[in-house]
Amino acid sequence: MIDWSPIILTFRLATVTTIFLFILSIPLANWLAHTSSRLKPFIETLVAMPLVLPPTVLGFYLLIAFSPGNSFGLWLDVTFGLRLVFSFQGLVLGSIIYSLPFMVHPIQSGLTNLPKSLRESSYVLGKSRFQTLMKVLLPNIKPSIITGIVLSFAHTMGEFGVVLMIGGNIPEETRVASIAIYDQVESLNYGEAHVYSIVLILIAFAILLLIYTLNRSYFKRWWV
Amino acid sequence: MIRIEITKLLKGAQGPFTLSAQMDVNEGGITVLTGPSGAGKTSVLRMISGLMRPDAGIIMVGDDTWFHSGQKINRPPQKRAIGYVFQEYALFPNMTVRQNLKFALQKSQQPSIIDEVIEIMGLVRLQDEKPMNLSGGQKQRVALSRAIVQMPKVLLLDEPLSALDRAMRIQLQDYLHEIQRSYQMSVILVTHDISEIFKLANHVVSIQNGVIVNAGTPQEVFSDHNLAGKFQFTGEVVKLETQDFLMIITVLIGSQTIRVIGDQSEHRELKIGDHVLVASKAFNPIIRKLS
Repeated sequence: MIDWSPIILTFRLATVTTIFLFILSIPLANWLAHTSSRLKPFIETLVAMPLVLPPTVLGFYLLIAFSPGNSFGLWLDVTFGLRLVFSFQGLVLGSIIYSLPFMVHPIQSGLTNLPKSLRESSYVLGKSRFQTLMKVLLPNIKPSIITGIVLSFAHTMGEFGVVLMIGGNIPEETRVASIAIYDQVESLNYGEAHVYSIVLILIAFAILLLIYTLNRSYFKRWWV
Repeated sequence: MIRIEITKLLKGAQGPFTLSAQMDVNEGGITVLTGPSGAGKTSVLRMISGLMRPDAGIIMVGDDTWFHSGQKINRPPQKRAIGYVFQEYALFPNMTVRQNLKFALQKSQQPSIIDEVIEIMGLVRLQDEKPMNLSGGQKQRVALSRAIVQMPKVLLLDEPLSALDRAMRIQLQDYLHEIQRSYQMSVILVTHDISEIFKLANHVVSIQNGVIVNAGTPQEVFSDHNLAGKFQFTGEVVKLETQDFLMIITVLIGSQTIRVIGDQSEHRELKIGDHVLVASKAFNPIIRKLS
């Protein structure tokens, strides 16, 4: 009987990561879309770094940073009882960093493309920045928000390098589908590798088909 | 009295220039800002509203100081009690007409004002529509309505009618006049349209390259006293033809074209697209009532 736990774990990881990313990315994307700060290019670069770097680089440094063998990792362990290497929490953190551009970019570009006058007319009507964001800006960039959510979810599902570096291969804890496939192939269990792979292909296809169908015109705008 | 004394370095199409404007606006009237594109008219509105910060100066409305660079006072736009109608309407696409107006409601206000404004502005039948389904004129009517819901002391309008056709424009001018009279707001309006200025303005301020070049009543600003013209119109040159020593100039005035014959040497500098004054000095025009 095939072990479904890697698939379930993959979904759990993608869901938790997407929720955290969403909460984190709204203020970050809003700041990036409207700031004139000199820091902006640096922050934008940092956000986009995972697009360029091999995931192993990120995984390697996270592994070093969170290892209880060094002071920061030890401090986290002692103070919060939080061990971020070879644990689900560590995977979530790694995935958040790794999928950050996939959430921030669509939301930022959605906000940037809204006419400036929408924000300004809300301000002159006496509304604060926060009220303006929640009631005027975000409701008018729903397609971008959906794109960000779906892409982050899908991207986290497809993650391999970061997970391998800081998560390892612990059943029910860090063995996500992509790792399980690798593991099965190593053990020459091609049958199970096929099952995991086909499930991932179908899910990825379904998600991308959904997003292209729902929001074709918007998707093109920033993807191409 | 609204006192405006502002300077600001602006980036224009022909490089940076300094906007330096001093004007006193009487409360409860319609003041028009006019002048060529890029003269700084919109920037003046933006600085009054708090959306743009002047480099230096004072903005006072009655006894309220909205901006004072010396005293480091700069009220945010949220606290200035202004209505601002943007050229591109800026209606919130996610809200219906009624919700757009409701969004403008201030905490201290009675919600009944919304029904009142919807009634006055003739929006009863449109109140549940989303802005996407409205025509340009309807959108502008909603934008104007939304700006007056909070009963602003000062209503700023940035070429609100320029994108509309003539009939719609005249209707909205009437609405604007009506609102200004019933609510006694101080209106500052940016427009290029001279007939609009004559129709609405109590006071005209003409700005060029960031400097006020002329101010007064529409008659004082736009009538050339040296010209004893019996009538005069402004229009745009659409066609130039030369025949021997003569030049036939076709001018578009409103929706009519008029051909004027002139001396070639006198009109050598005219180009298509120039704004010109067409006046008659010698003939007594015919006047006939239209049924």
